[in-house]
Amino acid sequence: MLAKRIIPCLDVKDGRTVKGVNFVDLRDAGDPVELAWQYSQQGADELVFLDITATHEGRKTTIDLVKSVAKQVNIPFTIGGGINELRDAEILLNSGADKISINSAAVRNRQLIDDLAKTFGSQFVVVAVDTRFVEGVNYVHLRGGREKTDIHTEEWIKEAESRGAGEILLTSMDHDGTKNGFDNPLLGQINKLIHIPLIASGGAGNEQHFVDVFQQSNVDAALAASVFHYGEILIPELKEILRTEGIAVR
Amino acid sequence: MIGIVNYGAGNIFSLTAALDRIQVGYGMINNKEDFDQFDRVIIPGVGHAGAAMSKLNESGLVETILSLQKPVLGICVGMQLLTSYSEEGDSELLSVFPLKTLHFKNRVTLKVPHMGWNSVKAEADCPLFKDIPEDTYFYFVHSFFIEHNPVYTGATCNYGIDYSAAIQKDNFYGVQFHPEKSGVHGEQLLINFTKI
Repeated sequence: MLAKRIIPCLDVKDGRTVKGVNFVDLRDAGDPVELAWQYSQQGADELVFLDITATHEGRKTTIDLVKSVAKQVNIPFTIGGGINELRDAEILLNSGADKISINSAAVRNRQLIDDLAKTFGSQFVVVAVDTRFVEGVNYVHLRGGREKTDIHTEEWIKEAESRGAGEILLTSMDHDGTKNGFDNPLLGQINKLIHIPLIASGGAGNEQHFVDVFQQSNVDAALAASVFHYGEILIPELKEILRTEGIAVR
Repeated sequence: MIGIVNYGAGNIFSLTAALDRIQVGYGMINNKEDFDQFDRVIIPGVGHAGAAMSKLNESGLVETILSLQKPVLGICVGMQLLTSYSEEGDSELLSVFPLKTLHFKNRVTLKVPHMGWNSVKAEADCPLFKDIPEDTYFYFVHSFFIEHNPVYTGATCNYGIDYSAAIQKDNFYGVQFHPEKSGVHGEQLLINFTKI
């Protein structure tokens, strides 16, 4: 059986985690490498690092971070943020990243998906999509959901797949931060449209939300941040609950 | 010491990192004289099998690889290169194994690539899986698979179809998944290879 994946997401800036982290046995809560290692030990299936570093100097720190994670952590990880051209992706690949995630850069320059897939393979290219429901229609949003585009989410995701995306990370901005559960109807609908893996994001508040998203939308993976960072959901317990519900987990 | 065949197909950072974690020494094999320095050999590889085969041909290492008596482990595309043929690029390969590498598309209705952690059933006689529990999950990322074979399959994976997660023949071994990304059990598999 292919297991459903549980993916903690870490926001990093200048090589440090930015959102608060509340782990009992963590020596340095701001150290993404230690946090990543902890998650891998707990049974996380994969990790996503979202780099919000703005400066050029800071990007060098990000490269060092990627190298450190690749050296110390024995599960796959994705890095997103600040990837605008092939060169950015190549540096990350050579530093040990398993996948890169592109969001607004792909919307601005759609050819980037084709170029990345052709150069590094589809398995390396995650297209992240932020969506919001506006007057009956799902629209792609940029800049963390603040900027609406005229692009329909369903069409954009299908286009990303046809251009060579290996995976879609879909965040519902309507659900993100609410802790009321994932947007299962939308995720289920999108999942039926595509033939590449779909990662659900936005809305996780408790263990049952993970059960629901897998059972109701059949996505391949579910991603969350704060519920893991604050210890509100422990991955070993979450896996046990999913297993009890008949969901294949590692 | 493990020699890693350095023929330019994909990045080997993750593999060397894993070998560092399990404290196994390694070096790069760039030309045929280098093989003598190592007691076993890993052929890594990601990306397109046809393109990888072209690079391996250009490296001038093929003849030596085929003559090796020491343990050889192909990983992912490095494993596929050991078969006779791949549908990816309609490519003739090394033919260590009389097996074919086939595309999932049109054979399974599941999503392609096969990406994520899948459980694996190892044959009792496959030394790569020593001290690894039954039905352990390993990390896979691939669109092409090696057909299942009662003689050469060392471990079976099911993804809509049974196929070879691991193959073995004499001193040649291959794994379709990425042991370097498969947690502690993946590291155990690499340790096992150093003891074959």
